[in-house]
Amino acid sequence: MDAIILQILNGLDKGSAYALIALGLTLIFGTLGVVNFAHGALFMIGAFCAVTLSRILTLSHTIIDDTQKDFLGNPLKVEVPYVHDIFGVATGDAIIDWAVPLSLLFAIPIMIAVGVIMERGLIKHFYKRPHADQILVTFGLAIVLQEVIKYFYGANPIPTPAPDAFKGSFDFGAALGFDPNLIIYPYWRIIYFGFAAVIIGGVFAFLQFTTFGMVVRAGMADRETVGLLGINIDRRFTIMFGVAAAVAGLAGVMYTPINSPNYHMGMDFLVLSFVVVVVGGMGSLPGAVLAGFLLGILESFASMREVIDIIPGINQVIIYLVAIVILLTRPRGLMGRKGVMED
Amino acid sequence: MFKLEKTDLSLLVIVAVLTMFAPFILNPFPADSAMAQFNAGYPDLMQRFVIFGVFAIGFNILFGLTGYLSFGHAAFLGVGSYAAVWMFKLLSMNVVPAIILSVIVAGLFSLVIGFVSLRRSGIYFSILTLAFAQMMFALAYSVLTPITGGETGLQLALDDPRILGVSQTAGGNIPVPSIFGLEMRSSAELALGAWSFTFNVGYYFCALIMLVSFYVAIRIFRSPFGMMLRAVKSNQQRMNYTGLNSKPYTLAAFVISGMYAGLAGGLMASMDPLAGAERMQWTASGEVVLMTILGGVGTLIGPVLGAGFIKYFENIFSKINSTILHEWFAFLPDGLEDLLVNVLYPFIGKGWHLTLGILFMLVVIYLPGGLVEGGQRVNGWFRNRGAKKSTTKTTPAE
Repeated sequence: MDAIILQILNGLDKGSAYALIALGLTLIFGTLGVVNFAHGALFMIGAFCAVTLSRILTLSHTIIDDTQKDFLGNPLKVEVPYVHDIFGVATGDAIIDWAVPLSLLFAIPIMIAVGVIMERGLIKHFYKRPHADQILVTFGLAIVLQEVIKYFYGANPIPTPAPDAFKGSFDFGAALGFDPNLIIYPYWRIIYFGFAAVIIGGVFAFLQFTTFGMVVRAGMADRETVGLLGINIDRRFTIMFGVAAAVAGLAGVMYTPINSPNYHMGMDFLVLSFVVVVVGGMGSLPGAVLAGFLLGILESFASMREVIDIIPGINQVIIYLVAIVILLTRPRGLMGRKGVMED
Repeated sequence: MFKLEKTDLSLLVIVAVLTMFAPFILNPFPADSAMAQFNAGYPDLMQRFVIFGVFAIGFNILFGLTGYLSFGHAAFLGVGSYAAVWMFKLLSMNVVPAIILSVIVAGLFSLVIGFVSLRRSGIYFSILTLAFAQMMFALAYSVLTPITGGETGLQLALDDPRILGVSQTAGGNIPVPSIFGLEMRSSAELALGAWSFTFNVGYYFCALIMLVSFYVAIRIFRSPFGMMLRAVKSNQQRMNYTGLNSKPYTLAAFVISGMYAGLAGGLMASMDPLAGAERMQWTASGEVVLMTILGGVGTLIGPVLGAGFIKYFENIFSKINSTILHEWFAFLPDGLEDLLVNVLYPFIGKGWHLTLGILFMLVVIYLPGGLVEGGQRVNGWFRNRGAKKSTTKTTPAE
């Protein structure tokens, strides 16, 4: 029982990342009908927004501290971050410590801008071209973005820790009445799951309860008619592309403490999130979220020792296996709508 | 000749001449000059040209003719490599059985994967092939380590039970791949004045196989079968309405291109007898897509051009460093020189992939037919200008 709860918890944080990326992919696909292979790169750019902000915050200048001596007896040179000068030592340290959550604010405008520029500058020209061309050009874009990041940040993973307050682990077992230390779970992963739930809920609420969202949904169902009603649907879709980019980027920002960002993390997640989208059903937002969590949990169940002993290697392939079975038996995916990308 | 039309025959002859004289063509700089490092006529690189040429030709039979975009073709190349290395380990160091086995094994794998994947089309097909390839990659990397060598890759060892042949040579070394006694790595040097040219057995072996597979590809393109595949690409629905089942044709194309990939993998292992799982990763599949698109998808010569182009510039670009750039722009004023070098620096050396990505995007956006279409446009442009000139000349006479 405790093992099962532990695996479900483990699956949730990976599932959250899958669900967030797949949600963005589906938003883009559902609104613009574009298959975006560069979506993983947006996830990565988000993660590097966090890296950039924590670098900016730790920018420092050297001063000579006369009160301390180094081992030769000379006055010690100390690196002092600029934030200390501006906010004072205590507040400055707190700001540096909270760099990752602060990056969320920093990342939102950047990601929306990146998304809008991408849509207006490149994707716009590919609406009328076949899906294969869209895949190819966004694949090229993904390579370019990845190499640009590699040029500026190097090829090694950059550790970006969570705030100290969230460094520990929460003893779920004790809370649920099991023996202590049986089910322990890092705080940050709980936060990641909560964050994902908020974002997903926010996107759905935005689409469901605002006029803007209603128009977008109408456009997803029948773009031409909405256009004929005199609504500038293209502009709204561009904004939705920005929102999708922001969702991917924020997922990336929050993922940095779990896995140190490197330049190819986008590509690693991209394949999996495409599989998630296909399992959930092309163009179905609830499907993408459901499939994301489902596959995340399945993956962590498959990596249990008991399961691996029976079927070796199952943890490596379970997601692909599920995708293949779903694609062949339920071509529309779990919750796919009729008439979306059926060929 | 060879049952080919005149234009195809001349294309084949051009490719044959280019590959046969590649050691001369790719070595334009004298051996001891400063530019000698940009010579591409060394065996390792030339082998890569033709091997990736085979791979891209095969990929083009699927993608170029039927329009099915597979993102998992590198898996077949990897499988072919493993099969060839196992043949070296167990049977003999002769490359012929190794390559035959690698083609057969890759063909079997592509039959199974193609049979399943081809039940869907479009983006779903791409994702299915991608999923299969990633699955094979993950398995080769972890559970199948006894067969694939896992992270270190599959290598020859001193105690391989080679049935036809010896486990180790008289000197206690691992024997090298050969074709009926002629070692793949042996080469002849020719020095002409300051130039030196290398003729490598392995390269010529690969080049001959590339020519044969190019010839087969031409025949497929011009056959009724190739016509059927084009019909699948242009309008599969209409084809179905006329009572034709497209599945056997697409499956055949998938298996053929999978066998080409296996052949390329077998050749790769024959040149250097080791095989690693990283050859199967989906970015490797992406590379052959890049080659085919860059060269010109659906054309005969395009994939070969693309493979050569990418591998050549990968080699050249990764050798240029900032010192060389400074030498090149030394004639400019200092400030301008530094500026130019700083602007160009991200695109060279390790930045080659950035250049490739940008180039690829430009090709997809502006030149969907790749280098071949570019050549045709330039050609047409010159012809038009020539035609205009001739008309202006002739009008007074009328």
